Amino acid sequence: MMSSRGKTISERILSAKSGSDARAGDVVVCDVDLVIGTDASTPMTIGYFEKMGGERVFDASRVVFSLDHYSPPSTPKTAAFHDQVRAFARRHGVTVFEVGEGISHQVAPERGRVLPGDLVIGADSHTVTCGALNAFATGLGSSDIAAALITGRTWLRVPETIRVELAGSRPPGLAAKDVGLALIATLTSEGANYRSVEFHGESTRAFSLDERMVLSNLSVEGGAKAAIWSVDDVTTAYLIERVDGWTGELVDGGTAAERAALRSRAVHPSTHPPVHPDPDATYARRLRLDLATLSPRVSVPHDPTDVVSVADAAGTPVHMVFLGTCTGGRVSDFHEAVHVLERAGGRVAPGVQLVVTPASREVLLTLVDDGTLAKLTAMGAIVTTPGCGACCGTSGAIPGDGMNVLSTANRNFKARMGNATASIYLASPATCAASAATGRITDPREVA
Amino acid sequence: MTRIAFDGRARVFGDDVNTDYIIASTRKRDTLDESVLKRYLLEAVDPSFAASVQPGDLIVGGANFGCGSAMEIAATVILAAGIKAVLAKSFARTFYRNAVNNALLPIECDTSTIREGDLLRVSFDDGRATVTITGRNETLAATPLAPLMAAVLSAGGLVPYVRSGGYGANRGADVHKR
Repeated sequence: MMSSRGKTISERILSAKSGSDARAGDVVVCDVDLVIGTDASTPMTIGYFEKMGGERVFDASRVVFSLDHYSPPSTPKTAAFHDQVRAFARRHGVTVFEVGEGISHQVAPERGRVLPGDLVIGADSHTVTCGALNAFATGLGSSDIAAALITGRTWLRVPETIRVELAGSRPPGLAAKDVGLALIATLTSEGANYRSVEFHGESTRAFSLDERMVLSNLSVEGGAKAAIWSVDDVTTAYLIERVDGWTGELVDGGTAAERAALRSRAVHPSTHPPVHPDPDATYARRLRLDLATLSPRVSVPHDPTDVVSVADAAGTPVHMVFLGTCTGGRVSDFHEAVHVLERAGGRVAPGVQLVVTPASREVLLTLVDDGTLAKLTAMGAIVTTPGCGACCGTSGAIPGDGMNVLSTANRNFKARMGNATASIYLASPATCAASAATGRITDPREVA
Repeated sequence: MTRIAFDGRARVFGDDVNTDYIIASTRKRDTLDESVLKRYLLEAVDPSFAASVQPGDLIVGGANFGCGSAMEIAATVILAAGIKAVLAKSFARTFYRNAVNNALLPIECDTSTIREGDLLRVSFDDGRATVTITGRNETLAATPLAPLMAAVLSAGGLVPYVRSGGYGANRGADVHKR
């Protein structure tokens, strides 16, 4: 019998994209709005595309490839991967985010390619980051991406949803990263596997769009398939700035002809209305995070969900500090880091390598224009090309044997950064900056 | 792949084996040739594993096998080592999909009684796998695959599935209710 209960955001988006009454547990075939490939996954995607008999891409305007994992290429082989991706993109008319433009799921939202209610699939597990814009965004492998390039479709099991309520007043100095680490510690490494996460509650307003991306991003470390925010003024302000034709007002007035003319435009709020959950939606779990009770956190080796309070990790020597990635490489992250470093003496401690990698060229240019990069460089930082950087050992600085690394990234698996003997700790930009100044893991509130 | 059965030796791992542990990103930076990459299979967990693995061995994991990066090469390198199935208490969703899409059989079952070196008999029929620990005559029930995943697996993976029409034809009619 057809259920009449309300739907979660995931059920509503996947119903719209599958043209069916999609409910948690169903397997549905969906039309996709945006397909994202990377240099790490697209060479394999091209192989599958050819084996599948692919001749053309279903709609080049709905596909982007990002050269972000090998940015810049450090070997002839990775340079060849880039040429292979560029050649395929040229043949099929697909946009390439070139070397240095940044991380796929950072640049796609910056360029207005992700809209409320969209179904976004990417061959990168951190594609979930795009959920900050009210999209159902999820990571898939290369073969699923190849099938989507040919058919414009993918199949998805409609996930159950964990509803996260953000409550309480946010203490000064509590980073989105700290909240995200607290969240995945609560979820555990597979607590959200096959499930999606929705963020709600009175305190969502306390999070900027960049900070919402941090929480969506980290959710995948709890296994989440998607991590979705509702639309509010913060979302609308971001879209007005990024999307041509986005006025921020839903079209209710005007004549029928005017409304039809507006709707015929490719992108407009009236064609991408916000997707909110029904009031009587069913959730698999409800989880409340009281921000007032949270404090800076550190994830300790070698599991992102193994999270302790900064006090419990304090004093651990650090040899390399990494500011960057799709978790901690945005403008506000570097502003926070500089702010803390300045208060902590304005220099990097002897024996510490501070690596700065903006998440995108836009972020880099902003940091150049506002002087942040000059300050960080003067303090002793090295600056590397926008992209995934040192996060997965594919580009940039590799830690030495036995080093302790403190990073704003999302994964601290053994050997993740390219050296199995290094120990990776994860924390907020502020905690990383305070620790860079002292040479040991330090509570940023002690220097702020 | 309608009905298949095979035997294999259990190679046991713990919980949360992530895809970086299966094959490091730094290795696939140098080549995508699985016949080369298989030399580094699971090196971060057990550096001696790749040298000792035999075609026909079966990987046995705990909870959340294949978490982390969505990289598909983690599934194809396992296949290249001659491993036809991975058994685990649970799988991370991207690894599970990537396995099915390449016709590597993911078997979700309670693996807690399987010990290193146990001889396992696996049979798979119509989306349902059964595992027997032959030495102890102990049978483990596996979670059945969703019909669409069983169809992809039966086709021999996503490549033949898409080549034969796949889900390209009819979106609305292809809904599988629980």
